[in-house]
Amino acid sequence: MNHYIPNDKSDQKKMLDAIGVESVEDLFSHIPDEIRFNSEVKDNPLSEFEVKEKLKSLADKNISNYPCFLGAGFYDTYVPSTVGHITSISEFNTAYTPYQPEISQGTLTAIFEFQTAICELSGMDVANASMYDGATALAEAVLMASRCTKRKRALVSKAVNPSYVEVINSYSCGKIDIVYIEERNFVTDTENIKLSDDLACVVLQNPNFFGAIEDMDKISSLAEKLHENGSLLIVSANPTSLSVLKPPAEYGTDIFTGEGQPLGGNLSYGGAALGLMATKEKYVRQLPSRIAGQTVDKNGKTGYVLTLQTREQHIKRERATSNICSNQALNALGALVYMMTYGEKGLRLSAENSMNKAHYLADKFSKIGGVSVMNASFFNEFTIELNISPSTLNDKLLKQGIIGGLDISKESDTEKNLYLIGIGDKISKQDMDRFIEITAKAVK
Amino acid sequence: MKLLFEYKNSDNRKNYLDSFEEYSTSLPKSFLRTSRPNIPNISEPEVIKHFTALAKTNHGVDSGSYPLGSCTMKYNPKVNEEVAKYDGFNHIHPLQDERSVQGVLELCFDLQETLSKITGMDAFSLQPAAGAHGEFAGLLIIKKYLISEGLGHKNTILIPDSAHGTNPASAAMVGFKVIKIPSDGRGNMDIEVLKEKIDLNTAGLMLTNPNTLGLFDEHIVEISSLVHGAGGLLYYDGANANAIMQKARPGDMGFDVLHLNLHKTFSTPHGGGGPGAGPVGVKEHLKEFLPNYVQRNGDVFENALGKNTIGNIRAYFGNIPVLIRAYAYILSMGEKGLCDISENAVLNANYLMHKLKKIFSLAYDRVCMHEFVLSAENMKKEYGTTALDIAKSLLDYSIHPPTVYFPLIIKEAMMIEPTETESLEGLDGFVKVMIKIAEEAKKYPEKLKAAPTKTAVGRLDEVKAVKEPRLRF
Amino acid sequence: MKKEELLYTKDHEWLNIKGEEVEIGISGYAADELGDITFIEFPYPDGEVAEGDELVSIESVKAASSVDSPVDGTVMYVNSKLEDAPEKLADAPFDTVLIKLKFSHIDTSTFLSYDEYKKTLE
Repeated sequence: MNHYIPNDKSDQKKMLDAIGVESVEDLFSHIPDEIRFNSEVKDNPLSEFEVKEKLKSLADKNISNYPCFLGAGFYDTYVPSTVGHITSISEFNTAYTPYQPEISQGTLTAIFEFQTAICELSGMDVANASMYDGATALAEAVLMASRCTKRKRALVSKAVNPSYVEVINSYSCGKIDIVYIEERNFVTDTENIKLSDDLACVVLQNPNFFGAIEDMDKISSLAEKLHENGSLLIVSANPTSLSVLKPPAEYGTDIFTGEGQPLGGNLSYGGAALGLMATKEKYVRQLPSRIAGQTVDKNGKTGYVLTLQTREQHIKRERATSNICSNQALNALGALVYMMTYGEKGLRLSAENSMNKAHYLADKFSKIGGVSVMNASFFNEFTIELNISPSTLNDKLLKQGIIGGLDISKESDTEKNLYLIGIGDKISKQDMDRFIEITAKAVK
Repeated sequence: MKLLFEYKNSDNRKNYLDSFEEYSTSLPKSFLRTSRPNIPNISEPEVIKHFTALAKTNHGVDSGSYPLGSCTMKYNPKVNEEVAKYDGFNHIHPLQDERSVQGVLELCFDLQETLSKITGMDAFSLQPAAGAHGEFAGLLIIKKYLISEGLGHKNTILIPDSAHGTNPASAAMVGFKVIKIPSDGRGNMDIEVLKEKIDLNTAGLMLTNPNTLGLFDEHIVEISSLVHGAGGLLYYDGANANAIMQKARPGDMGFDVLHLNLHKTFSTPHGGGGPGAGPVGVKEHLKEFLPNYVQRNGDVFENALGKNTIGNIRAYFGNIPVLIRAYAYILSMGEKGLCDISENAVLNANYLMHKLKKIFSLAYDRVCMHEFVLSAENMKKEYGTTALDIAKSLLDYSIHPPTVYFPLIIKEAMMIEPTETESLEGLDGFVKVMIKIAEEAKKYPEKLKAAPTKTAVGRLDEVKAVKEPRLRF
Repeated sequence: MKKEELLYTKDHEWLNIKGEEVEIGISGYAADELGDITFIEFPYPDGEVAEGDELVSIESVKAASSVDSPVDGTVMYVNSKLEDAPEKLADAPFDTVLIKLKFSHIDTSTFLSYDEYKKTLE
């Protein structure tokens, strides 16, 4: 048997004798014959060496070393070495959910610190321990708003990431009526929002899918009207931007969500996701997922526990706020280490780095005939209009060692060739200059 | 222990990134933060010391025994950690041209095929981020299938009373009404009650097999025929798949749709509560409803959606790093290796059950599979010792307690799952400690009530945590 | 309340039927099972309710219990003092009225007498 199994045949014999059973097969004989799996089973494991070779050959079939200008929530940000070091500690990564708090103070304290950091960035009162990703966090925020208001209608801006909107739809399950708010010139038309008695929430993204920063003063006014109407405001925001931009709590947001990958996660083909979710204190009982709280032990020593568990499925079952059980705990730990390694200063530097690079690039693009920048204000991501098809440009770029931006032509109601460029802080000036050079040649 | 937020703010540099001197922007003032977030600037050694100290207060699978029922806390192979971190997997963006990510797509395709073979299903989506997410996908598939067959009026899901809480929670999220089916005296689903409750509104039935009592439901063939006879579908909760690999396949038992927990059966680390992965598998007739999966088109791998898809349930394709670990694990096991896993998991559990049933009450005295449930009800009646007291006492022996108070149908339940990666020595050690605790329950019950005393903190005031919530620093 | 004079549901609720009104509370057994009660909420503080609607949500640290309406009716009274002091419910569960409803029709056939209820606890 393989080397992950400590017991060998002689150990097995001792145990079988102790139980009073002839063979291991006897422990399976009660499974009805008609459903037994009796096909031949090959003894064909790969050795550890072969596993590595096989996985390496698969990894090598991916292009992972070209500068990448894609964004849409996942950005190529530098990850300090502390992050991988801490998340590799076995007591963190092999541990289970901290249901036994006395031997899980490491995990629980980290969750408490993570919740605190997310509250500091977003300005909200209380955060949870994480959701699966930014899209599912947003979808669950809509469901949460419906529970809080006991209403069914959600107005969703067309400037929200379409992948996220798709997930909101998948999660609505006939319980939510989704109506769309128009965008004009790549920002949400916040002035023409129809309030109604059945309006649970308005959903915005800031900066939005097109990279534009939505006018926060206008959102504040909208939030006031919504609150008078008994409706909630949900905002999905890039957490990196929150070091520089006004936090959602300061413009009337009731539920904040976001994609935490840029906080210490690798791109991982979209796999190292981290859903962020935070809200006002008064809505905490409707917040899904785990929450760590501070308390004391019987000797008065400070400790941390999972709390308000009656929101969750293991207690409330079909009446739970959500079915979520496992979340993205280790990714949240990674994000916490990232945020604390950087501190407020480092987080701001990373944000300004991405932002300044994006503006440098946009400025250069705007000087190319045949290219126009569509956003008046943006953070680390912007939309340009091209006079050639984005896929043609991307093919040329790929051949010359660059992963270009995203073709979003079909996301707008116009006939334009639209191209979304996202910048992480690892991009270099040379990479950007080459991108400009190739684009300038292509659009002639 | 001091929280990082209690550290003073240092003036020193943060030199992890060079700054970009070539251009600087200024955004409209009304868009900018006016106050800085209160995340102090702390030196790297202090940050590392903090987390290292925290790690010391945690018990992981590598720290000692972890017989936590229903969670399959098996050893997490280290080679999986290495391969999941290859640059070729880490530094690819989800929106990259598919021609540039053929490696990860091929891996996902292979994994889909392998999981289909292991479970006896026809197709898989690797998109769900966790078991509960997989349940959600599977139930959405059931709902959409029924609507497409003109059976949209079917709106109830039958769930055993022993089921994991995510089952009814997922069903409710999808909009189904949940009907509970009790268990019978042998720990099976009560087939007579099932027959009463199945009707024209039955959309389906969710079942784990073996169930949360660690018992293989002896009526599974009849259950399958009853549910299908009523036009419903059968959903398999794969949480307990570690018991039956290469012994019986859910696809052969009659299940139409299932999810697997890669972080249970397939050795990926639990991470303190995630990330996991809950791939959803279906039979041919449900394939058209799948969310994102990988298909092969000649020599090329590409992402695809079922032609009648339920829609994507997350932004991208799956918890890729978790999928990579599970894939490496399955390659390392080979076909017979999976069989060895289940055989040893079941043998270890039966051995422990045999040794412990003399001391604690055994809920159902029959051959168990990979886990079994003891009850401390007899101790509670005689000495006042509860399952909680026993769990807290185990902590002082550096043993993670079994799952307590679940399943709900057993009073003072303790669900024990040693897994195949526990040694005979470890099993005997666990038995010895349990015997000692049972004796202390008789002689020094106050000692058990005072436990734990050797851990970083003692029993915590959870009532205070609820009544006076302090959820951030 | 005299325990023996009340009717019970199989979900450990007691019912005190007075003409066209019914007072509802939870039994001592239910209070014991919950442990330290930390939260009580009345989703319908007034107005119409239907049979099966969740009238009271009661939570402890590790458990949650709900009182569902046994009738279609109108809410006449909720014990809102308990929202600020939920732990008081466990002091005297048989003497603490949670909610009072007015109904036009009640089907008592599914309710249990005190003796029948006691039997279910064995």
